[in-house]
Order: sequence, then C-alpha cells, then structure tokens
Amino acid sequence: MKTIKYILVIAFALMVIIPLIAVIFTTFKSTAEVFSSILGLPESFRVDNYISIFVDQPMARYFMNSVIVTLFSVVFTLLFASLIAYAVTRMFGWIGVVFFSLFTFGMMVPAQVNMIPLYQLVFDLGLTNSLLGLILVNISVTMPVAIFILSGFMKSIPKSLFEAARIDGGSEWQMYRKIAIPLSMPSLAATAIFLFVMHWNDLLYPLLFITKNEYKTLPLALLEFQGEFATNYPMLFTGVIIASAPMVIAYLFLQRYFVAGITAGSVKG
Amino acid sequence: MNFRKNKSLFLFLLPGLILYTIFFIVPTVNALIYSFTDWDGISPEFNVVGIENYVQLVTNDSIFLKAFVNNIKFMLFVLIFQTLFSLIFAMFLIKNTKTNIFLRALYFFPTILSSVSVAFIWTFIYDPNMGMLNSVLSTLNLDFLQQNWLGNENIAIYSIAVTQVWFHTGQMLIIFVAGLQAIPKDLYEVADMEGAGRWSRFRFVTWPMIAPSATIVMAYTTIQSFKAFDLIFAMTRGGPNYSTEILATLIYSTAFRSFEFGYASAQSVLFMIVIAVITVIQFRLLRASRVQE
Repeated sequence: MKTIKYILVIAFALMVIIPLIAVIFTTFKSTAEVFSSILGLPESFRVDNYISIFVDQPMARYFMNSVIVTLFSVVFTLLFASLIAYAVTRMFGWIGVVFFSLFTFGMMVPAQVNMIPLYQLVFDLGLTNSLLGLILVNISVTMPVAIFILSGFMKSIPKSLFEAARIDGGSEWQMYRKIAIPLSMPSLAATAIFLFVMHWNDLLYPLLFITKNEYKTLPLALLEFQGEFATNYPMLFTGVIIASAPMVIAYLFLQRYFVAGITAGSVKG
Repeated sequence: MNFRKNKSLFLFLLPGLILYTIFFIVPTVNALIYSFTDWDGISPEFNVVGIENYVQLVTNDSIFLKAFVNNIKFMLFVLIFQTLFSLIFAMFLIKNTKTNIFLRALYFFPTILSSVSVAFIWTFIYDPNMGMLNSVLSTLNLDFLQQNWLGNENIAIYSIAVTQVWFHTGQMLIIFVAGLQAIPKDLYEVADMEGAGRWSRFRFVTWPMIAPSATIVMAYTTIQSFKAFDLIFAMTRGGPNYSTEILATLIYSTAFRSFEFGYASAQSVLFMIVIAVITVIQFRLLRASRVQE
C-alpha cells in the first residue's frame, strides 16, 4: 500500500515537473533541435528566442497592456466590490438580501451567455480596441464573485464594533474605512490574488474586443503566435515563459495566499 | 424607516451597480431578446422570428446536439477522474509535513498558468510528429499506442479532458485537504475500537464527513468543464470536424464566424438552462446521498 502511494505521488509530481522543464529547455533550442531531442538538454543556453520575441514582436507592448488591464481591473473590482459587500451586510431588512442576490446572480451566468450582446454594446460605445473597454468589462464581470467572498467575510465581523462606532458618531464611510476594511484584510488579499490570476490570464474578452496589436494583452498575443509560428515550439514557449513569469514569481513567494485566494474564487469556475 | 437608515449605504452600491447594470444585466437581458430574432450582427434590420431559433436548435441541428454530447462526455470524464485523483492525493498528502506541503504546492502549480499556456504545453505533448507522449511511447516500445491525440476525432475530446484534469486537480485537492483535516480524530479512534478495516473507515467515517467538500468539488468541476472555452479554443478551436466543440465554443463560432447573432443567442439561452438544470440535479443527488448516511 505504501509503495503504491509513493509511486502515485511521484508519478503525478513528474507529470507536472517534466512538461515544465521541457518548456524551459525548449526555449533555448532551435526548431531542428526540438525535432532531434524533445526532452534533452539544449546544446547551449542561447537566448536568441528571447531576443527575437522582443525585437520582432511588440512583446513589451503586450506585456504593458496586460499589466495595465490587470492592475486597474483588480484595484477597481476590489474597491467597488468591497463597498457593495459592506453595504449589503450593513443594510437593514430584506433590501440587503435583494441586492446581494442581484449581484451574486452574476456568478452563475457563464461569460459565453451574454458575450454577443456585450460585444455589440462595447462596439456601440466605441470601446472596442481600447484598454478602458476591457477594464470596465472585467470589473463588471468579476465583481459578483468578489462581493460573494468579501460579504461572507464581513458578515463575521461582530455587530457590536459597528454599534460602538455609531454611538461615537461615526459615519458609514468611516466605519467602512476604519473597521470593515482593516478587519477584512485577509479576505481582501485572497480576493486580490484570485483576481490577479483571473485577469492576467483572461482570453475571452481580449479575443472579443481587441483586433489591433497596440491593445493586445499577453494571452491573446500568444494565441495569435500559434497562427504565426505553427509548431515553432521554441518561440511559442518563449511566449509562454514571458506571459507566465509574473504569476510564477509571485506564486513562489506568496504560495499560501495563492492557494487560499484561488480556492475561494473557485466558485466562479 | 428602513430606507432612511439605508440611505447613505445606497451610495456605496452606486459605482458598482452602474457598471454591473450596463455591462452585465443589460447584455444578459439582450441575449434573451436577440434569441427571438434572425439578426446577423451587422445589418441594421432584422426580423422577429419568435421561437423559431429554439425549434431549429432542438429538433434540427446536429452540430448543436454534437456539442452538447461532447460537453457531457468532457464533463463526465473530468468529473470522475478529477474528483477521484484529487481525493486520493488529498488523502495521501493530508499531514502538514514539509514534503507534503511542497507537493501540494507543486500539484497546484498548473492552476496559476493561463489556459493558453496550458494549451500550448499540451499541444506539444500531443504533437503527432515530435510530441512528448508519442516519443515516450516509442522509447517504451509501445509504438502501437501512438496516436494523433488531437487529430483523431474519436479521442480528441478525451485528450483535452486529460489536460483539464492535469490543470485543475491540484486546486480541488486543496478543498479536500481542508475537508479531511477538519474530521475529528476521535471518530477514527472509535472506528478502530470497533475493528473497522481500511475500507470501512473510509466508507463510514471519511466519506460522510467529506461529503460537503465533495459537493463543492463536484459542483466546481462541473461548471469548470462547461466553461472550458479558453482551453479548447486554444487547443483545437473545436475541431477536427466539431469533435471537440462544446457549447461555449459553438456559441462563439456561430456568432463571430457565421455571424448568426440571433441563432447564437438562442444557443446561449439554452446553454444557461443546461447549466442551471445540471447544477440543481447535482445538488439534489449529493444532498440525497448525504441524508442516507
């Protein structure tokens, strides 16, 4: 039994490690070298592919676009969602429940259900080929799950804290800033990480709204490399490495928060 | 009275509510409206065709049916193997030792990658000419098992399902580990005193106690497998010959390749209904199985 356990555990570990090592090695190879030895060490650690991806492709532009879209989407989703989560947990009577249900309904609807009218709307507003358009849509789409996670946490804050603040003459805004936000930091951090991963990796909305190189984000740019490079795996994987690097580096340092955040966000599917 | 007390809180809702209404509620309602038209997404005019799109979809659209069946195949495969693997590995790695924590983090790693990256990695593994899988098989003298993993209509959907399992098992494992660690130790002590074997311990202690985690894992897995748009789109675009087309990818190609916005909207409404029905059935089944314990 023990032996079977070890074999399985190691087998799965190898299934994760081997492809990742192969990806890294491949980025240092030429296409011919990949053909001759798939899993072998590269002949030398030449960085031609990395140079060529930045020189021949507007890779730096794609990277910046991803950074801008992700940062703004995360910050504003968190801001708006925490305000709403605070309001729905603090509201008296059924009205809070109604708003909570209205917002969390958004979690149940897969993006492909309303992407057609959404495309039309974004087009009519002149927001196709614009990072602003992507950011606005991102915020609206991920707010529901953020509200769900944050309000779950805010409900657990003892009511007496708010009562005490109210007696001292605190306004709702002060209570939000001085009590709700500081106490919700762990769940805000988890939500932030979940949102980072989600927005950084999103393909659908850039695919729908962006056609010009100037505005492409990394996942969309990668997808189009596929058309350009076909089975030129060294170039494709160089793209993969660059697109994944920020998340991988963050994961190495913030593992626990990643696991907590992504697990909390799994509701979104 | 309530409204007066809530007044300042309404301001808190405002920024989010405005965006949510414009970019979520309005399009969702519009999807329903479009679904009753024959709009092509380009021309200013269109006709209201009533339920014609729905009738066509349900009675006379073999591709829609195929995408639906593929969705179910994909879902069942992922549901069975992902739940099984994540539960087994969670039981193996339940103790918080250094090695186990490292392994859990390693298994979780694919989850942080983008679907496009994962798609590229697995396209390389499955490549019929220089792919890792075929060359490993050849090294093991198992050449007869070699396949065009993504090009063979009969197996392509399962090849992608394997990728999906690789992608998300580590994520589900974490949910099971949390569930398993919450089981009180004395329950196992009682089971041991009663002379319960390995299987009975699992059947009568572990399983009933992790039923809530299992519900969550299975619900997430199901929804994820219906939304596997990015992965499938980047791996095969639904081909060859619609063999990996699922509802989400079909809606995209009907709308943005064939420009049948009205028809694609009807597909989305049915897609939404399918997801709602499956979610309800699943919660019923799992609740029923828990009551029995």
